[in-house]
Amino acid sequence: MIIALSPENRSGLLSPPGLLLAALGGLALQAPFLSLAANRIVAGEGFNAWELTEASLAIPGLLAVVAGLLLGLPSRWHWLRLSGAVLGLAGLMWLLSSGASALLADAGDYARVSPGAGFWCLLVVLCLLMADALAQLSPGPASRLTLLLLMLLALACLLYSGMLSQLSILQEYASRQDALVSAAWQHLGLTLGSLTAATLVGLPLGICLYRRASLRKAILPILSFLQTIPSLAMFGIMIPLLSGFVSIVPAAGHIGIAGVGFAPAFLALLLYSLLPVTGNVVAGLQSTPAAAIEAARAMGMSARQRLFRVELRLGLPMILTGLRVALVQTIGLAVIAGLIGGGGFGTFVFQGLNQTATDLILLGALPTVALALSAAVAMDVVIESSRTPGQGRHD
Amino acid sequence: MRVAAVLRSTLAIVLLVLVMKPHWFAWAFAPFAPEGGPVIYERATLWSLAVSHLALVVLASAAATLVAVTMAILVTRPAGRAFLPLSRTITNMGQTFPPVAVLALAVPALGFGAGPTLVALFLYGLLPIFENAITGLTTLPSATMEAARGIGMSRWQRLLRVELPLAFPIILTGIRLSVVIALGTATIGSTVAASTLGEVIIAGLLTNNTAFVLQGGLLVGLFAVLIYDSLLQLEQYLGRQTGRPAAG
Amino acid sequence: MIEIDQVSRHYDGIAVVDSVSMSVDTGTITAIVGTSGSGKTTLLRMINRLVDPTAGEIRINGEATSSVPKTVLRRRIGYAIQSHGLFPHYTVAQNIGTVPALLGWSKSHIRERVDELLQLFSMEPAHFRDRYPAELSGGQQQRVGVARALASRPDLLLMDEPFGALDPIIRARAQEDLRRIQRKLGSTILLVTHDMEEAIQLGDQVAVMHEGRLLQHGSPARIIRQPATEFVADMVGGVERPLRLLSLYPVSDLVEPGMADGEALEANTSLRDALSICLWTGRDSVPVAREGVLLGRVTVDAIKARARGQ
Repeated sequence: MIIALSPENRSGLLSPPGLLLAALGGLALQAPFLSLAANRIVAGEGFNAWELTEASLAIPGLLAVVAGLLLGLPSRWHWLRLSGAVLGLAGLMWLLSSGASALLADAGDYARVSPGAGFWCLLVVLCLLMADALAQLSPGPASRLTLLLLMLLALACLLYSGMLSQLSILQEYASRQDALVSAAWQHLGLTLGSLTAATLVGLPLGICLYRRASLRKAILPILSFLQTIPSLAMFGIMIPLLSGFVSIVPAAGHIGIAGVGFAPAFLALLLYSLLPVTGNVVAGLQSTPAAAIEAARAMGMSARQRLFRVELRLGLPMILTGLRVALVQTIGLAVIAGLIGGGGFGTFVFQGLNQTATDLILLGALPTVALALSAAVAMDVVIESSRTPGQGRHD
Repeated sequence: MRVAAVLRSTLAIVLLVLVMKPHWFAWAFAPFAPEGGPVIYERATLWSLAVSHLALVVLASAAATLVAVTMAILVTRPAGRAFLPLSRTITNMGQTFPPVAVLALAVPALGFGAGPTLVALFLYGLLPIFENAITGLTTLPSATMEAARGIGMSRWQRLLRVELPLAFPIILTGIRLSVVIALGTATIGSTVAASTLGEVIIAGLLTNNTAFVLQGGLLVGLFAVLIYDSLLQLEQYLGRQTGRPAAG
Repeated sequence: MIEIDQVSRHYDGIAVVDSVSMSVDTGTITAIVGTSGSGKTTLLRMINRLVDPTAGEIRINGEATSSVPKTVLRRRIGYAIQSHGLFPHYTVAQNIGTVPALLGWSKSHIRERVDELLQLFSMEPAHFRDRYPAELSGGQQQRVGVARALASRPDLLLMDEPFGALDPIIRARAQEDLRRIQRKLGSTILLVTHDMEEAIQLGDQVAVMHEGRLLQHGSPARIIRQPATEFVADMVGGVERPLRLLSLYPVSDLVEPGMADGEALEANTSLRDALSICLWTGRDSVPVAREGVLLGRVTVDAIKARARGQ
């Protein structure tokens, strides 16, 4: 017996989250929107949203942001609130683009413009408004996927149109485009490669553990123990382990396995993924209704037929949930690979931290966040469509 | 069970000696050190690093627990219920943010040192605790809640005597997850100049001194495993008391 | 013909089923009744070898079940359980067609069979074929469960508390359906229940089990009239015994020539219902008719005499 809290909003005409977000947005508008620095290292000087550029350019953007925040106020009409968020975001981008050009026009050759606290806060507030409207609308899997693709498309258009190319982070990008693209491939390779390997190990292992309780009690604690080891320690420990392995088995060295770089990162990520993958395979198989298994047995299905036709199919949503957890976690952890020469976005993050270069940090961190978020949304869609009509959502 | 107890105390003793008297283990790390290089990290004592590492984690987790549980109580009251869908979305999406990225993004805003690490640990630590507290407070057995109302408990009495005690094991699970993440993220904090045990590992990576990497990794790993295990034990004990088993 | 020969099952040295022997004739329903823990379900599950007997042998049409591979054996025996065990990810048609598909029937053959069974259970095939179990009511799920058990025309149908989860009205209808379908198909059914009423209503033969042992096996009338032990007498229900006995016979058994007042009863009405109607309307006799043709009457005295066991 469970008390389900109804998400319905029974208060008056105005949505409390909408009010809160509008107030926060109003405050954020007072904070410096853009900062202008003489070069890429020194600290910048902040400018408010309305003092960036001439009124004819600033006012439409400001109006859009304010209107967007106000459209978020009603407690019903969530479509309107959603469009408010989109309008606000558009205004934000407009201010960013026109403001950056105007500030740079009067500054030196090495000058850099980067978004300030005001911009970031407004961005978060508007995204939260969008999230609240979406949570109330609760769109189905197909609409969510469409929405994700539209957002990514809009982002791509914005970046390719050159509207934002004046920004410091994009200038940094322009000068390191090749390195970033190859880092992106390395990151994806590490993530998907280790996840594939973890699945190849975890799926049979999970099936095996599901069938043998004694083995399950021995192995699952070991996997969760592995999960507990802090990532830096795990990556660090992989190095001597692999170096030792290569010195014992020289052949491994010839095929490119080495103590530092890709191999230890790959192995560490693989080990981290084992618990979510294996654990969820076991949990998914265990979630098959006992009566369905009894019926399958009684109808003369062999163990293999039961596994493939009934247990794996019914456990699929749970198994995919394990893959989602592992995928999102691996995308984040792969950043650490940058510290041990494993490549990926982490290279940029740690280089940036070393040189105190904010843009470099952002160049590594933002794509990682975007990748993790998109992967999470996409996997949620896959998980939901893998449920059979009879299976409820267990979240 | 006996085996587990012996294992636990052995690990705890190894950890204690490693922190207080690392030189006793010099023989074990020596083969991994570069020739002529230092075997045991000496730029700071291991115990001072351990203390500041744990202090960061405890501070951040305590603050995160306080704030997260308060917020969870607020959004599960009738007045705050309008915030519940938004809260759920924030926890779902927020946890997809990589902890390292949160740390890295805190630096531009707050500069280097313990500050951004503390903030990143706090922010990231909020999510699992908040999520579990909401789960704990929204899945109370309806018969129990009905009974609490029926015998005339006020809202405050229900919250303090029934809801929070029953939700506590689940909240504790959130705290455990959050502490383990914080321990790991604090390690990376040394890349933004917070003084933590990660410093030893980073130093080892930079100077190709595997002995450093190993002792740092071992220390952090042992801390994480022992803290995780003791919180898990506490949870299972409380879970048995309230009849609401904690998730593994 | 099913022969259960000295079958036992031990768990940790304790006999859950203790040397049970009985035989079941082809084309009949046998109801095994007992309290929980009586070993009745274990006995049933030993027949399709979901549980292996510790000792003894079970033969189906002379062939020992132990001589056939388990999966082959089970595909020849239908099995329906209380919580129906439908596969939530299969449609109704896929669920019913599971065993035929395992046996390698052609698609068109399976489809024909599914439609035939759905019709037999009064479920419009076009309407139900492509639905998922979660979209059906409890009674419909249960019917699909039984249809699935019958799909491959099994030699034998095993049912474990098949109507246990249904409410009384749907339950009565499901029991009638089962009786009708069993008569039509001539199936052999072995059914486990804890409800003596259900056993008496459905069973051609009733077997009473207690603490792993078979106490009595015989026709419902015999079980009621001559319970072998105190326990069986208790199960049959003490003071309700005469009424249970009357429920076994139709009024046509006791029809005598003569006239009576009031509306005529159909010839297949049970004596229990006839007595009830007499008591309710204060009459000593009621007319009996078959399809509108008056046969005669049945008197309260005759019913009383039958209830005394004469």
